[in-house]
Amino acid sequence: MTLAISAALLATGPAPGAAAGTHGFLSPTGVEIAFLLVGLVTFGAALVTVTTRQLVHAALWLVVTLGGLAVEYLLLTAEFIAWVQVLIYVGSVVVLLLFGLMLTRAPIGRSPDADSGNRWAALTVAVAAAAALVWVVVDAFRTTWIDLDGPAAGSTEATGASLFQNWVLPFEALSVLLLAALVGAIVLSRKAKADSSSPPMNAQALTESSHAVTESSGSSEQEGAR
Amino acid sequence: MNDVLDVALRLLVVFVVFLTLPLVIGQTEHKVMAHMQGRLGPMYAGGFHGWAQLIADGVKFAQKEDVVPAGADRRIFQLAPAVALLPYLLVLLAIPIGPGEGAVGQVIDAGVFFVLAVMGVGVLGSLMAGWASANKFSLLGGLRTAAQLLAYELPMLLTAASVAMAAGTVSLPGILDAFEWWWLPWQIVGAIVFFVAGLAELQRPPFDMPVADSEIIFGAYTEYTGLRFALFLLAEYAGIVVLCGLTTVLFLGGWHGPWGADGLGWVWTLLKTAVLAFLVIWLRVTYPRLREDQLQKLAWTLLVPLSLAQIALTGIVKVVIQ
Repeated sequence: MTLAISAALLATGPAPGAAAGTHGFLSPTGVEIAFLLVGLVTFGAALVTVTTRQLVHAALWLVVTLGGLAVEYLLLTAEFIAWVQVLIYVGSVVVLLLFGLMLTRAPIGRSPDADSGNRWAALTVAVAAAAALVWVVVDAFRTTWIDLDGPAAGSTEATGASLFQNWVLPFEALSVLLLAALVGAIVLSRKAKADSSSPPMNAQALTESSHAVTESSGSSEQEGAR
Repeated sequence: MNDVLDVALRLLVVFVVFLTLPLVIGQTEHKVMAHMQGRLGPMYAGGFHGWAQLIADGVKFAQKEDVVPAGADRRIFQLAPAVALLPYLLVLLAIPIGPGEGAVGQVIDAGVFFVLAVMGVGVLGSLMAGWASANKFSLLGGLRTAAQLLAYELPMLLTAASVAMAAGTVSLPGILDAFEWWWLPWQIVGAIVFFVAGLAELQRPPFDMPVADSEIIFGAYTEYTGLRFALFLLAEYAGIVVLCGLTTVLFLGGWHGPWGADGLGWVWTLLKTAVLAFLVIWLRVTYPRLREDQLQKLAWTLLVPLSLAQIALTGIVKVVIQ
């Protein structure tokens, strides 16, 4: 499997390098090698995340994947983005995910039913999305080469300046989108609450997961799954 | 060669601090708690007032059998203590104890975000331990840990953002360079919110619902023995060092002091950290444990609005004085 991964990554790898005429692709610097290796680890972890049969392991492999992405940002000198990535995704999103898993069903060992008939449809969508993203990125940054020796191009100051000078509109549009999602989540969870009996106290704070509370009565049998 | 030596020396110093300060705080806790409760505490180990009690404890832990429950997820169970402990070591690298480049492990451009992000990762260790133990009490402890983290991460971030706004930078040495004495009253609400939320993130009393011994034995750590259990304990005390150090740096002016800040700045940092650590111990002895719903209520209805108000105040004052 590792061979297939490295082949896949090498296939996408040369595109930005080959176009940048002045930089030799055959004599990579240490940072470039590290970037490629971390990329391999990230890709591998992502594959394991979606293929493993153990639910909680999938969440933990997701930590490795997201952490790998953060390291890639670091290698590209985008320190601020890297720490925000860790803070939001590893520190909050994965914790929320684990919380949801543990609240509902988190058997130790394999869960044979943790699969769906949509495997091939999901693979198609994933490959299509990845192809579109790779195409866009490669097309946009064809000849760009980050000068790692100069002043950090991704420092907090540079990121903030570019975000609030050039990209204010997308930033604000995204924040409105997030707000809409938040309001939607609250509306949905309040509706679910009105339908069922009132959830236990300790779950009230996490409005998104309150729909899962009704299933939590079955969580006590999760140890018996092995 | 000189650079390599410099880096190695810094790492060594941070590592030594990481190994000693938590033990010092642990020993202080033994003694302070004992005296507050009208006892003497450890008196025999080492001779003088039981100073070597924690070393003796460490030796005891090392001798114990390392048990992994039969139903547990072996690898994750064994990995969890490392995940809980290592982030605090990383955070210590970024905390400046004196002025200048020489008094910080590594100057990090987005230091505030770095420390908060990495501290959040440490909680994953408790979650892994809680799930992998195959024990109902552990699972409940893990759940409570997650709920607590999600509730208290937000006020912590918001108050740290308030300081960053006041200083106009997110680098920890940069914040200290910009510090003025009148920040103390200006950011006092933020300081209290940050400290309380940090205590909750460390699961220290009165926020120790995730390890409430009277109902769920010891929460996520119930099944751990020997060295791995000791590592979790060390993570808790390293967490106290980190939290007190961070509160000092962000809100109390770090190495700034009424006098002697030029040469002896690091003494001020250590002194303030020690006072805060004493406060942490004091709170443990004084307050009863908060119930889970009280915990959540405190975070969402009190700390989050307070931190938002602090951000608004910071913004207004910042605009006015410019």
